[in-house]
Amino acid sequence: MAMLAAQNLTLAYDQQVIIRELGVTIPNGKVTALVGPNGCGKSTLLRGLARLMAPRAGAVLLDGKSIARLSSKQVARQLGVLPQGPTAPEGMTVRELVSQGRYPHQSLLRQWSEEDEAAVEWALETTALADMHGRVLDTLSGGQKQRAWIAMTLAQQTPVLLLDEPTTFLDMAYQVEILSLLDELNEREGRTIVMVLHDINQASRYAHHLIAMRGGQVVAEGDPRDIIDHSLICDVFGLECHVVRDPVSGTPLCLPQSCPLRLLNKEGRDTTP
Amino acid sequence: MSAKRQDGNDVWLVVRLRGLSMRLPRRSLPVMAVLLALLATMTVLSVSQGELRIAPFEVVRAVVGLDTGNPDHALVVREFRLPRIVLAMLVGTALALSGAILQGITGNGLAEPGVLGISQGAGLAAVALLTLSPATSGNLLPAVALLGGLGAAALIYLLAWDSGSSPMRLLLVGIGVAAVASALTTYLIVLGGITEVQRALLWLTGSVYGRSWGHVRTMGLWLLVLAPCALLGARALNVLTLGEAPAKALGQRVNFARTGLILVAVALASGAVAMAGAISFVGLVAPHVARRLVGPAHEGLLPVSALFGALLVLVADLIGRTVIAPAQLPVGIVTAVIGAPYLLYLLLRGRSA
Repeated sequence: MAMLAAQNLTLAYDQQVIIRELGVTIPNGKVTALVGPNGCGKSTLLRGLARLMAPRAGAVLLDGKSIARLSSKQVARQLGVLPQGPTAPEGMTVRELVSQGRYPHQSLLRQWSEEDEAAVEWALETTALADMHGRVLDTLSGGQKQRAWIAMTLAQQTPVLLLDEPTTFLDMAYQVEILSLLDELNEREGRTIVMVLHDINQASRYAHHLIAMRGGQVVAEGDPRDIIDHSLICDVFGLECHVVRDPVSGTPLCLPQSCPLRLLNKEGRDTTP
Repeated sequence: MSAKRQDGNDVWLVVRLRGLSMRLPRRSLPVMAVLLALLATMTVLSVSQGELRIAPFEVVRAVVGLDTGNPDHALVVREFRLPRIVLAMLVGTALALSGAILQGITGNGLAEPGVLGISQGAGLAAVALLTLSPATSGNLLPAVALLGGLGAAALIYLLAWDSGSSPMRLLLVGIGVAAVASALTTYLIVLGGITEVQRALLWLTGSVYGRSWGHVRTMGLWLLVLAPCALLGARALNVLTLGEAPAKALGQRVNFARTGLILVAVALASGAVAMAGAISFVGLVAPHVARRLVGPAHEGLLPVSALFGALLVLVADLIGRTVIAPAQLPVGIVTAVIGAPYLLYLLLRGRSA
């Protein structure tokens, strides 16, 4: 099992420090969600964990070893990464994209082994794309496209998956489709999943572990059921919220206090729990 | 739903031997076969055309060294026509591979050696030699043009480097360097004597007129080294076209791969320009056509581009030699006449999409 952690991690773009001396441990075999307001550094932290960004100071540790010291391919065999809003070249088919996921397992002499082929079949089956493997990506729906990219990272067969806003820009049904797929992967295969999510309610529903960030710092972390309450949402998002139990999943559900005036005038405000 | 679901073996031809394995996109195989057949046919047709017409059958006999009953045939075919035709194909191959690599790295379909300033750099160096020191220009010309192309590429790369090799910066800086090189070239042409300028202009247009087996050997060796490098880069190119972040996430060392591939593309283009001048649009058009035919996987795209580039320059040269015979159009004019409308078509199609 691959254990991922950040130690005194400082991440910066040029002169602008986004994350300063942050320490965090990603629980093994769990779904972890990074949440927080725009610009809080959650995507930057994910990029740092994924080795897409070199740390200014500190380190990201994989099984206790700094990933900066490992080769790109060694890291790519441990961490599957889905960056934000990826675009595929024109005319590429689902199968062609998914097979790219085998790149870190290949070499000049071993360009397409039987394991490569099996991993691609498995990834296509798992994401329910086997029947449209020959389709050109441009002809797919947003959700199918995102599933194809996830299939690519699955074909990498890594113990850890890092996803940057996998549901952004998707319709609600597609969002649920993607999150259920990730949940299943975690449940059935025990993959460690780390994802940046915009929606705190989705995060509390699908994640075992929540890391709430603000201004490049971790404000709170833990089981969403333990840590999400009125004061945390106020603290992290600066928003007055009413926290109730999600009637479907039993997880915390945040309802902003703000409400259109016409509704308040007509019905009054009901604050009974 | 179809009765038999497709699997990977319908898409790729996979060859495995012990621990070794490789694969080729299946749909590129028939395309390559057709292109090879077309190349052979057009070569024979091209050799047969000219002031002295030679029947295709006689051409084949003369090429393989059999007696055709006319002693002129062997000379015309093997010493006059064949070298320029073979050189045209080699130059087309090099330009097309260079364009395919540059388009893959930049993820921009408009990238080609002529846009990135490589051809202009080579052109500037060559025109400087032709106009400033006409006496020494004969054998030095290819070497000087090569240095000019490599020099321009180095300049572009240094100017575009910003703690990484951003493809967009490469393109923009390349366009800038190309403009400066073109301006300097024009300046030299304005200053030069009339005979030198005429040679320089012909060279700038791109021509395979009067090339010998010596040129073919040099270009052939150049390709023998660089074409395999390009093909070995196919899988890296596949990953790079996904974008910088996905490529890194898949374990590709992005700057390292880009630098290496740019070096190969620049060397290919500079070599071609050194041998036959600045033949335009081949590096742009050939990869586009290849992508239409076999899709974006570079294992198929690169060889199909190369073959199509060879065919394009071969046919352009044939048209240039015959359309206003006995006068000849330089091959670069013909490729521009074919290429420019295609470029416009690409832009128009992009607008409607």
